[in-house]
Amino acid sequence: MAKKNYAFYPGCSSQKGASASNFVPSIGVMCDKLDIQLNEIPDWNCCSASIGYGEGGQLSRLVLNARNLALVEQNMPGQDLVSGCPACWLATRETAEKLSEVDSLMADTNEALKEAGLNFKGTVKARHLVEVLIEDVGFDAMKAPVVKPLEGMKIAGYVGCQTNRPFGIAGESFENPQYLDKMIETVGAEAATGYEQKITCCGGALAFSEPEKSQKQIRDIVESAYDHGADMIVTPCQLCQANVEIYQSEINKKKGTKLAMPVVYYSQLMTVAYGGNAKQAGLDGNILRPQKLLDIATK
Amino acid sequence: MSELNQKAVAKYQNNFLKEVEERVEDGEWVSMCMQCGVCAGSCPLGPHWEHSPQKIFRMIMAGKRDEVLTSDSVWMCTSCYSCIVRCPRKLPITHIMHGIAHYAHRLGVAPKGQPTRELASVFWKNLVKTGRVNELKFSLAVYFKDGFSQGIKNLLGMQGIALGLVKAKRLNPMEIIGGHKCKDVGGIQKMLAKAKEIEDRRQGYTS
Repeated sequence: MAKKNYAFYPGCSSQKGASASNFVPSIGVMCDKLDIQLNEIPDWNCCSASIGYGEGGQLSRLVLNARNLALVEQNMPGQDLVSGCPACWLATRETAEKLSEVDSLMADTNEALKEAGLNFKGTVKARHLVEVLIEDVGFDAMKAPVVKPLEGMKIAGYVGCQTNRPFGIAGESFENPQYLDKMIETVGAEAATGYEQKITCCGGALAFSEPEKSQKQIRDIVESAYDHGADMIVTPCQLCQANVEIYQSEINKKKGTKLAMPVVYYSQLMTVAYGGNAKQAGLDGNILRPQKLLDIATK
Repeated sequence: MSELNQKAVAKYQNNFLKEVEERVEDGEWVSMCMQCGVCAGSCPLGPHWEHSPQKIFRMIMAGKRDEVLTSDSVWMCTSCYSCIVRCPRKLPITHIMHGIAHYAHRLGVAPKGQPTRELASVFWKNLVKTGRVNELKFSLAVYFKDGFSQGIKNLLGMQGIALGLVKAKRLNPMEIIGGHKCKDVGGIQKMLAKAKEIEDRRQGYTS
């Protein structure tokens, strides 16, 4: 089957040596098996994330995202812009929609883009990698390459915020999305279906500025996974993964808890189920060792 | 009082709603709020703030300019978008909160030392420098914002987490000397300068 081509926007946190650096390796085997060809956008820039608004005005933030869209339009015609990072996806999609709705903002944006030698006509669609999996690949095709079903594992599907709101995956509920549980089951594991913290906010960028308040959120997210008998949490979000994984030791220090719940990406589950090894799945990047997944990967 | 703020007060007199509608991102939606309170109940940091979005909207309509612009609450948005998807009238609440925070910051009247306000400024300066976020420099700038000795204390408090990240190759100490960046940093900086110039003109900050 011919591979489907997409303009790939990795985002800052997925760069080498950054906080989600094990995400990009973990999608390699997955995309290969599913005939997805991701072509990195040349010289992409930061989306300004969800915290850029303090200093950056609306137009500045639109322009940053429009630059990436324009780079795709110019260099990769016909390809959708695809990001694995919910914040990148959200900011880019908000920009694409806003510019198509408000002509004056499109004109102002292009006046600024000219300074970087670019122009945006508005023809590029911004999508999330999970959308590509569900809409372009489909659950049946996602199941086909499974050679090592993740049997005996119970996993809490933590969707988080920005993969789910304000856009979400078409046809899914904002309050109780089902697709992540379905992905867990597709690779042969058991989903912790009653996991009520699946859309709770981890604090986002405020994990830095409001650590106490965010760590209260993280504790709820982790403790509920324990309550449901989960072996690990799976998430589609880079910031959720980092926050929920790395602050467990802080919470333990302050509250005397013994939290050590591994937090992995859906792509790590799929890579292992598709026969990839621990390194290909980026499992060396997990701080809390997902033992059951490692066991299957090394089997 | 900053000059920009003085000018704004003079321009809008006592009509704060009009000021918000004209100058705050998505501010034209504020008067659509029907005061149901769903946003207040949906906010993850709800227990920690004095003014819920619902209250902020009412205060804007009541002309409580100083109270709104100096409120700590608009800086407590985690961008979870729960309020947006639940609002029965589809007000873009998250964007309005961001917009008010930005406007207060721009006028120089936002609460001093508010941690998320400071974080946001550090983040923006970091990304503008190279076109991409340098997580190491960003973290260090956040920890050292209150001076050297507090910075060292903050670092020591976080050393366990930092070492774990370095070991997992998710934090690179070498980023301190260079690190990732866009090739066309010059173009990006010129583009952002132009965007600010246009926005300042549109907002009436400059003539």
